[in-house]
Amino acid sequence: MESFLQQLINGISLGSIYALVALGYTMVYGVLRLINFAHGDVYMLGAYFGYYLSRLVQGRTPSHLLDAAVVMILSMIGCALIGVIMERFAYRPVRRASRLTLLIIAIGVSLLIENASQLIFGANPRFFPQLIPETHIHMGNLMLTNQQVIVLVTALALMILLNLFIYRSRTGKAMRAVSYNLDAAKLMGIDTDRIISLTFALGSALAAAGGILVSINIPGIDPLMGVMTGLKAFVAAVLGGIGNIFGAVLGGLILGLAEVMVAGYGSSTYRDAIAFLILIAILLFKPSGLLGKGQVEKV
Amino acid sequence: MLTLKNISTRYGAIKALTDVSLEVEKGAVATLIGANGAGKSTTLRSIMGLCQPYEGEVLFEGKKINGIPTHRIAAMGIALVPEGRAVFANLTVLENLELGGYLQRDHGKLKRDIEHVYEVFPRLKERLAQMAGTLSGGEQQMLAIGRALMAHPRLLLLDEPSLGLAPLMVHAIFEAIDRINKEGTTVLLVEQNANLALKRSQKAYVLETGRIIMQGSSAELANDPRVKEAYLGD
Ligand SMILES: Nc1ncnc2c1ncn2[C@@H]1O[C@H](COP(=O)(O)OP(=O)(O)O)[C@@H](O)[C@H]1O
Ligand SMILES: [Mg+2]
Repeated sequence: MESFLQQLINGISLGSIYALVALGYTMVYGVLRLINFAHGDVYMLGAYFGYYLSRLVQGRTPSHLLDAAVVMILSMIGCALIGVIMERFAYRPVRRASRLTLLIIAIGVSLLIENASQLIFGANPRFFPQLIPETHIHMGNLMLTNQQVIVLVTALALMILLNLFIYRSRTGKAMRAVSYNLDAAKLMGIDTDRIISLTFALGSALAAAGGILVSINIPGIDPLMGVMTGLKAFVAAVLGGIGNIFGAVLGGLILGLAEVMVAGYGSSTYRDAIAFLILIAILLFKPSGLLGKGQVEKV
Repeated sequence: MLTLKNISTRYGAIKALTDVSLEVEKGAVATLIGANGAGKSTTLRSIMGLCQPYEGEVLFEGKKINGIPTHRIAAMGIALVPEGRAVFANLTVLENLELGGYLQRDHGKLKRDIEHVYEVFPRLKERLAQMAGTLSGGEQQMLAIGRALMAHPRLLLLDEPSLGLAPLMVHAIFEAIDRINKEGTTVLLVEQNANLALKRSQKAYVLETGRIIMQGSSAELANDPRVKEAYLGD
């Protein structure tokens, strides 16, 4: 029983990271009907920004937690800028192009970031500095690390903030309008280019947060770390129903749990396979995803 | 108030408008009638900058507006109620209206504007918390017009507001358009239902395969044998 609870916590923890990254896929898809395949690479960049920032910031603030918060916020801002630049120069010029063109460009952007990163950061893995010294928290027979708690709390807080922004603010309302009908949104006086830019900024900032939170738990980072996580987060977004915010969170959690359970009770060899099994199953049985609207979109 | 000077618009290689000129006077209701595919929606889309005319000029209150982004044209005081209504189906009635007043940052004024829309369309008030997608066709049309009113447009463009509605609902919508016009908004009304449109307007244009083929006072056109035969069904 304890070990099941333990796995449950690990699964939710991993799942909340997938959810953070999946949100970016789903938000961008919502406003542009584009699968931004470079999104996983933004997650990687978030981890690298965090790596360099940590070396600057660590020890300069009164507490470890504050160190981590500063690193995370600056890295989120950095990735938000990357997202805005990516949209402005790679996707905006071809907004009216066909889906296939967009897809090819997205793959191109992804390859560009991966290769440039290998050139700039080096291809070898780096060790992410330990921003917060690990301590153990015992609850009965259950053992948690403070880092796991931080990951969970931060991911949850970010998702709540995002939700408040999208469903309570004027700009969030405009974002929902853009994702429902671009032309109608323009007719309301909404500067849709600005909203699309902002969507990339938000999605990229969440991916950066995901990259840092992962690195706090599993400190090895490398320029290709975004490939697998990006794919899994994409699966999570499709599983929940791409374009659907709650779907992305649900999909992320299911995927994280499934992975941890398979590794825990089956074999860790199949850990990565489960995402693709889920993808195949969802495409066969419910292509619009768990919370999707029924209409099937071909990408 | 609005002048189109020889505009031509195309979709890729397909020419949708050729040399279209028209004029809407301040305070008036003008109508543009024509069969399906004549280019009526394209004309309105060209005014709003949703399509770019490759020739000619669109002037609003004497200022050239073609080439300006749609959201800025909307901010200048033109509102379009698009064909098929295009309400935000996944948002509530109230949220749709709030989006119509997107540029109004004063909360008190926004509230008053919403009250004004409820006054014009009391049905909307009963449905304010409902998702717009669950409204009937007529209610969605009311919402689309109400949403457009939220911006206090000086010029209101309406694309086939009677499309697919029951006669009673059509009547209600046209009564509301009358009222909106009387309250000071200039209206350009696009309709396939020529009978109704000619009765409710002062000036009319007939569009056929992308060209204006007739124009004049609505009363004149309603009695023109060619219009009668082609558009009034007698
Ligand atoms: N998005 C589009 N792409 C290509 N052709 C279009 C598009 N929209 C309209 N058309 C064509 O332009 C012409 C005028 O269409 P439209 O302005 O919608 O006419 P109406 O509103 O009078 O029915 C038609 O021949 C139509 O097929
Ligand atoms: Mg039309």
